[in-house]
Amino acid sequence: MKVKFIAIIGLLLLVQLKSISQTNPVIEKVRQKLALVNDYVAEGVMKTDVSFIKASLGKVKVYYKKPNLIKVKKDGGISLLPKGGVSITMNSLLNTNQYIAIPSGKQVYDGKNLEVYKLVPTDDQLEWVISTLWIDPTESLVYKTFTTTKENGSFEITMEYGAYAAYGLPSKIIFGFNTKDYKLPNGITLEFGDEAPISKEKAKKNKKGTIEITYSKYTINKGVSNASF
Amino acid sequence: MWSIIQIELYKIYKRPRTYIAFGAIAALIWVIQMGLKIDGEAYAAFLMKDINNTLVVDGKVLNGYLICYILLQLLLVHVPLLVALIAADMLSGEANLGTLRLLFTTPYSRTQWVLAKFIAASIYTILLLIWLAALALFLSMFIFGTDDLFLMKSNYVVLIESQDVFWRYVGAFVFASFSLLTVTALGFLMSSLANNSIGPIVATISAIVFFTILSTLNIPLFNVIKPYLFTTHMNNWKEFFDIQVTDNNEAITGSILNIQKIKTSLIVLSVHIILFVGASVVIMKKKDVLS
Repeated sequence: MKVKFIAIIGLLLLVQLKSISQTNPVIEKVRQKLALVNDYVAEGVMKTDVSFIKASLGKVKVYYKKPNLIKVKKDGGISLLPKGGVSITMNSLLNTNQYIAIPSGKQVYDGKNLEVYKLVPTDDQLEWVISTLWIDPTESLVYKTFTTTKENGSFEITMEYGAYAAYGLPSKIIFGFNTKDYKLPNGITLEFGDEAPISKEKAKKNKKGTIEITYSKYTINKGVSNASF
Repeated sequence: MWSIIQIELYKIYKRPRTYIAFGAIAALIWVIQMGLKIDGEAYAAFLMKDINNTLVVDGKVLNGYLICYILLQLLLVHVPLLVALIAADMLSGEANLGTLRLLFTTPYSRTQWVLAKFIAASIYTILLLIWLAALALFLSMFIFGTDDLFLMKSNYVVLIESQDVFWRYVGAFVFASFSLLTVTALGFLMSSLANNSIGPIVATISAIVFFTILSTLNIPLFNVIKPYLFTTHMNNWKEFFDIQVTDNNEAITGSILNIQKIKTSLIVLSVHIILFVGASVVIMKKKDVLS
């Protein structure tokens, strides 16, 4: 009886260990897809939606180079990006192979049956603490991630795919992040008198921000110099 | 009429006091530009402390457009005092010297003389503003270059694309000319009431300071009279640098958030100018010139 019990426990542990191993087939397929891309330059349009910022759409170029170099540059202007958020992409999460993947069930997202995985880094030096991935196992595409970092809070990234889905590259990416309060004393801005106080509703909305990039073109594996980063 | 305007301009530019304002503006702008050139990054980092908690701002924030905005914020409050030095002396200075009586015996009417003096003072004011624009905008653009205008207001940030900025400065300077002409007209009115130079200058400066304080205080009692004070409207050149957003919080290029506010301010300032100059003409026509 005792031997049987130990055998069952051992078997369960083995199954569990196997399921959380880093060679999870779904993740591995996504990783292999992303590995096809050594570098890219993407052109797109960026939209900043933070309640205390009024900014128009701007053309951007996104430079990426394996394993985790990424830079978003606005075409001749000032760009606003979530602190630390842009650097944590699918490539930087999966290319390192320094994680344990834990299956966390299935969810229907945007009409698609997605598998949910939690990634826990095995390297203490990595910037992120935990990341949840919503993956379409048939297409091997990640549609959503939620990542918690050590120093820069949490980021939600949602992706839409189009012409470059074969490389695992999205046609649209939305970075969602928490914002902190913004307030400058009137003595510094020299604005006195008639400024209306922010409503409670707006103040609540202040806490969330998104940056949306819609890509129009990718130039893949044509080489990107390190000077671009 | 043009000949007496020329005479008045000659008198203005013959006085050393005229150049104090030009010198003061040049010195102030140069000092601020030098300070920002040397230590501007620290200043920008201080301003962006709150934003940097959440976002990374990439680009040349401290560019000529922002420097000009900072300079205008600081200077357009104080330039009226420099304008008052000349405008408030236009009539009373002549009365003090005893030359007013001489002027009024010429074939030109008193109204013509008063208007010629006001036009001459206005030309001085506009030239001062052009001098300010040349140094604050064009020199800053030359020294610091140009980029998008990243404007940090008390409760929010406005990011205006570089190609959408210059016309706003043109609008702001045109608006500022109305503000300064109101001060010129006020100084002129004070000048018509006195027979010495110092009194009207001090009275004009005092009136500006007094009404500016009333305009900036958020006390309900004063809020009733605020819309009628010219000092409330003088700073509305800043409205050119606030833009409309769509329902998706997307800024609309080429838009102004509150254009009606600008129009109202221009009307209020114009009414003040007409009232002050009109009153000056009436006073001078009735004045018994004894000096």
